[in-house]
Amino acid sequence: MADAIVAEGLVKRYGSVVALDGLDLVVPEGTITGLLGPNGAGKTTAVRVFTTLLQQDAGRATVAGLDVVTDATALRGRIGLSGQYAAVDENLTGFENLDMVGRLYHLGKKRSRERSRELLERFDLVEAADRPTKGYSGGMRRRLDLAAALVAEPSVLFLDEPTTGLDPRSRLGMWDVIAELVAGGTTLLLTTQYLEEADRLADQIAVIDRGRVIAEGTADQLKDQVGGERLELSVGSARDVATAGSALARLAIGEIVVDDRGHRLTVPVTGGAPVLVEAIRLLDGEGVKVLDVGLRRPTLDDVFLALTGHGAEESTTGGSAG
Amino acid sequence: MNGFAQALGDGAVVAKRNLIKIKRVPDLLVFSTLSPIMFVLLFAYVFGSAIEVPGVDYREFLMAGIFSQTVLFGATITGSGLAEDIQKGVIDRFRSLPMARSAVLVGRTTSDLVNNALVIVVMSLTGLVVGWRIHSSVWEALAGFGLLLLFAYAFSWGMAIVGLVVRSPEVFNNASFIAIFPLTFVANTFVGTANLPGVLKTVAEWNPVSAVTQAARELFGNTNPAVPPPDAWPLRHSVLASLLWIAVFLVVFVPLAIRQYRRAVSR
Repeated sequence: MADAIVAEGLVKRYGSVVALDGLDLVVPEGTITGLLGPNGAGKTTAVRVFTTLLQQDAGRATVAGLDVVTDATALRGRIGLSGQYAAVDENLTGFENLDMVGRLYHLGKKRSRERSRELLERFDLVEAADRPTKGYSGGMRRRLDLAAALVAEPSVLFLDEPTTGLDPRSRLGMWDVIAELVAGGTTLLLTTQYLEEADRLADQIAVIDRGRVIAEGTADQLKDQVGGERLELSVGSARDVATAGSALARLAIGEIVVDDRGHRLTVPVTGGAPVLVEAIRLLDGEGVKVLDVGLRRPTLDDVFLALTGHGAEESTTGGSAG
Repeated sequence: MNGFAQALGDGAVVAKRNLIKIKRVPDLLVFSTLSPIMFVLLFAYVFGSAIEVPGVDYREFLMAGIFSQTVLFGATITGSGLAEDIQKGVIDRFRSLPMARSAVLVGRTTSDLVNNALVIVVMSLTGLVVGWRIHSSVWEALAGFGLLLLFAYAFSWGMAIVGLVVRSPEVFNNASFIAIFPLTFVANTFVGTANLPGVLKTVAEWNPVSAVTQAARELFGNTNPAVPPPDAWPLRHSVLASLLWIAVFLVVFVPLAIRQYRRAVSR
């Protein structure tokens, strides 16, 4: 299987801010890769380099076998991009938006119209097709924007934070649309700051922070990499938090995360149910009032925290937007 | 399809998209015509009674000046439109498509030219109402309108550069306002240049806007043959000077605008 996207040592600076700091990435054909990272991690910059909007300062990248700098023109005919904000023209109707894009991909008048109608149907926009998009909901705009990226049946599709800013219901709708789309065999690179989104949609996740890929693998592999389980408990008071922390230190295989205000602790452990029993015995011995306790598999959030030392949905310091 | 034909085709697609906006948001055209109408009325009735221009009726003198000012303001739409497109991510989409690199700019400047032509029609009618008359042949009059529009077209490529650099329609509008007011007032648009003090007089005489205004005035027959134009080369050879300015604008602005477009990316 060939690789749809290959990046080697991509570097992009904005003045003194380093947006990409030697990014390496391989996306095999026909897969969905999630580029996961906080705001300012370099996700959007990477997508802009792959889609020829920006030129890297160093390193090289190919998409569909074409170099993003030297074969930029040919490359643009093979890709589709749907950006962070739905880039639809609000004065044009849904149909006019798609038809314009079709004409600019040089599909020809007839084919462009057919394709536009086809996509409006597929994305459930037939009724709204001849209304200016000004009146569309956020979810409808995103769907139209995604449809625009698909007009020329691209071999590689880039979706930059496709659900950012959508309400939960529209987000679920978008996920269905994206999942269905990729079932058709398109290669997709998806950026997101939502762990759940990467977990649900991507075959392969590349965790990106401060302009570099810091971990790669399937969601399960990444979770295994962090190892073990998470013991989560909430206790009655701030004093109990401290007592519980020191009582459980013995069981922890990593750093205990403490949420003082919510009186909650997350303890990385290994060994399954017996550990839970042991923990409760220890806490009972110390007289800690346990309100709730449970054992779970690590989430991608834990993965992120373990890898970077900060959560995924908070921004890093000194990063540029995107 | 060869490259040039394709570039024109892409430009036409973009121009059509912009023109649909005029159709869908007619208020835009209404307001871009109302302000020149207001100018015509204010200058004709308020200043017209106070300003004397030797040898001609002030209202006749005034119209070419207002035409120049209006088409230049019309040309600024190019910059604010592009800034808005950048802000909304539309330029990102265009730049990711296999279309000609010049198409967005060609389309934008062309649709703004159409907009300007519509505005000129409305203004001419207003001018006729307040007593402006064309005293030359139809061909000369058409040449006058053509020259004004061509000048605005060339100027809009300069506005394109500014719009692509500032990337915010609000900033662009403030910036262009500051630039266009002196450009259209330190000129022969509303008063003759003869009585302006030293340096200002020279600036006004060599201001490209003055050449175009003078040329339009002559082509409309709104000058008095008995009163020769001021003794400055661009005003004595106003049509030639206007064409030269147009050529200079195009040669300088078009490549710079395309270069800036290639780098334009939203933040």
